[in-house]
Amino acid sequence: MNHLGLILVREYLNKIRNKSFIIMTFMSPLLMVGVIGLVTYLSGLNNDNERHIKILDESGYFGHLFEDQDQITFELLQAMDLDQAKGITQAAQDYGLLYIPKVNEISDLSREIYFFSEDSPSLGVMTQIERIVQRQANALAINQAGMDAQAIRNLYFEVRPQLETFKGQETSKLGSGLKLIFGGAAGYLLFMFIIIYGNMIMRSVIEEKTSRIIEVIISSVKPAELLLGKIFGTTLAGITQFAIWVILVGVLGTVMSQVLGVEVPSGTDVAVQQSAALAQSNELPAQILTEIFQLPMTNLVVMFFLFFIGGYLLYASLYAAIGAAVDSETDTQQFMIPIIMPLIIAVYVGVFTVIEDPHGTVSQVFSFIPLTSPVVMLMRIPFGVPLWEQIVSVVLLFTTFIITVWFAAKIYRVGILMYGKKPSYKELLKWLKY
Amino acid sequence: MLEAHSISKSFGSFKALQEVSLVVPKQSVFGLLGPNGAGKTTLIRIINQITMPDSGHVLLDGVPLKPDHIRFIGYLPEERGLYKSMKVGEQAIYLAQLKGLSKSDAKAQIKYWFDRLEIGHWWDKKVQELSKGMAQKIQFVVTVLHRPKLLIFDEPFSGFDPINAQLIREEIMNLRDQGATVIFSTHRMESVEEMCDHIALMNKSKKILDGNLLDIKRAYQSKIFRVGIKSEDKALAWQTLEDSFGATPMVFKSIHDEVQCHVHLPDQMTPNDLFMQLSQLGQINHFVQEVPTANDIFIQSIHQNEASL
Repeated sequence: MNHLGLILVREYLNKIRNKSFIIMTFMSPLLMVGVIGLVTYLSGLNNDNERHIKILDESGYFGHLFEDQDQITFELLQAMDLDQAKGITQAAQDYGLLYIPKVNEISDLSREIYFFSEDSPSLGVMTQIERIVQRQANALAINQAGMDAQAIRNLYFEVRPQLETFKGQETSKLGSGLKLIFGGAAGYLLFMFIIIYGNMIMRSVIEEKTSRIIEVIISSVKPAELLLGKIFGTTLAGITQFAIWVILVGVLGTVMSQVLGVEVPSGTDVAVQQSAALAQSNELPAQILTEIFQLPMTNLVVMFFLFFIGGYLLYASLYAAIGAAVDSETDTQQFMIPIIMPLIIAVYVGVFTVIEDPHGTVSQVFSFIPLTSPVVMLMRIPFGVPLWEQIVSVVLLFTTFIITVWFAAKIYRVGILMYGKKPSYKELLKWLKY
Repeated sequence: MLEAHSISKSFGSFKALQEVSLVVPKQSVFGLLGPNGAGKTTLIRIINQITMPDSGHVLLDGVPLKPDHIRFIGYLPEERGLYKSMKVGEQAIYLAQLKGLSKSDAKAQIKYWFDRLEIGHWWDKKVQELSKGMAQKIQFVVTVLHRPKLLIFDEPFSGFDPINAQLIREEIMNLRDQGATVIFSTHRMESVEEMCDHIALMNKSKKILDGNLLDIKRAYQSKIFRVGIKSEDKALAWQTLEDSFGATPMVFKSIHDEVQCHVHLPDQMTPNDLFMQLSQLGQINHFVQEVPTANDIFIQSIHQNEASL
């Protein structure tokens, strides 16, 4: 076996045998599903108590409109005055009493209706009551003014322009939303992967220095081989962990939703699953499905993998370069911001600019810059990007990755000669010349 | 075996090595000596291809160094460690494989060495459970596993107790007898005295002295003799010694009650003449030529070198 393979296997085994790694792998999904389950369970508990509300309607216009619902039941009180009604409600320990007085003008109701209760009532209940009263009161007011409420309601309609490209492809606002979800999910996934596993790579590059085995290793293998082995080994360990997470969250989520009888959304593979789930419950399932099939699927999937892998490797190699430059993890702070910044910029450009103008200058430029292209280009592709632009961008991305590794290897080789010294950017530049 | 030709290396404005040339004969134990910061480690790293020289070149068996040569070299650096969370056996196999051994070959070699050093029961232990001395033994084994032709040790005995240091010393000599060439860099003069047959002395990035240890000692031998004379009349004997031979008093351990001094051999005399003359003063118990130790040569030549700068 060659060196790269040996190093890769060692890194991989070393990572997945690590106790904290194993604990994290199995605890995280448990925690995640556990927390979601707990929250769902608790909010369910809260809603369990039924609420009885008594209504005293002296006007006679509203009482019949209140129908019992899941958690709220209404009871109409007849032929008594307000004080009596209050007494009965309190005695029955009901949730509250809605009092609608007799008025001459409908508009007087705006300040004449009262709701009496033990303490301040829940917002949800009040919103429901308000809505029922409001609708009826408005209708009454319109009728009183001599107009037909139903006729007026019929005059309101929504405007939805039909979208079509010049090539005759039908699109829609819904489609744009879907494209956004696709690109956004891809960008988010990449972002998460980089944040979680980038640090792991950095630590693994520092490992040889803290354990002082570096000189033995570096007299046997080339630094570039070592760094590549570490990047790939750690990445594979990361993929393993991620896969276990997805599976565990899926299984646990299903079990949990069975037990609690609620739908628990699994936090992964959001785009596809959610839109599919949406499609089933939504009023426009067919339209969504057509929209999904209208996306350039093959292109999207292929480019997703290329950009995801390329983007991840590029950032991983940057983390490796930091690891190569420092002696201990505490020295890494000063180098972190330059790595996180482009990532954040990419997400901002993706969310704000690409959506406004997918093929504008800003979007176009950022989809070529290797540090931002994985996120920005992935978000642009659903809107249709010429193939040559995609290819140029991918090539740029991978070339930058290779250059970064070379650069990191150079730093690494020189770095071993400088024990215990915190390097500055200026010195790093100088090292490149050695 | 190994030749270095006018190697220079600088880091920025700092000159680590200036025009250093060395010849390490086959099957010798070559001591690379010098005070801290003399450039020994840089030279060793160049031989190991960890860094490249700015100018000059290194030949291994007459061939310029190339990447493939690492499998012929075993290097135990001064800054040494092992992967802490890995098991001893696994780790040794991994490191041997990096040096080009096959897995089964590596296993056999490791077993041989572990048995030899009686550390076979450490196989499944993690390195973090071992003491420093134990870890050093593993590092030694890992260095020699792939049967390198050239062994390079940087301060090999630091961290060993005297018994284990002796054990390792014997193993090194053994390897030498089996055909390996050994370069080793150290401050410990007693191990130089005991093991090295060639030395090179470096100071301030330059080589100031090299050659066969015995030749060097011969070159540094003095005309001074350590003399101890048992005499009836000490005062008279001392007077004569001082007047005729310019003797300087000195003290060394002796079972006799005697006049002890350093005597400088006059130019026209042979040691025998001197002995004859001294014997007239009384009974001679000591008559020894002062031969410099490696330590003396080290200190003396460094001082000379500093003075000449």
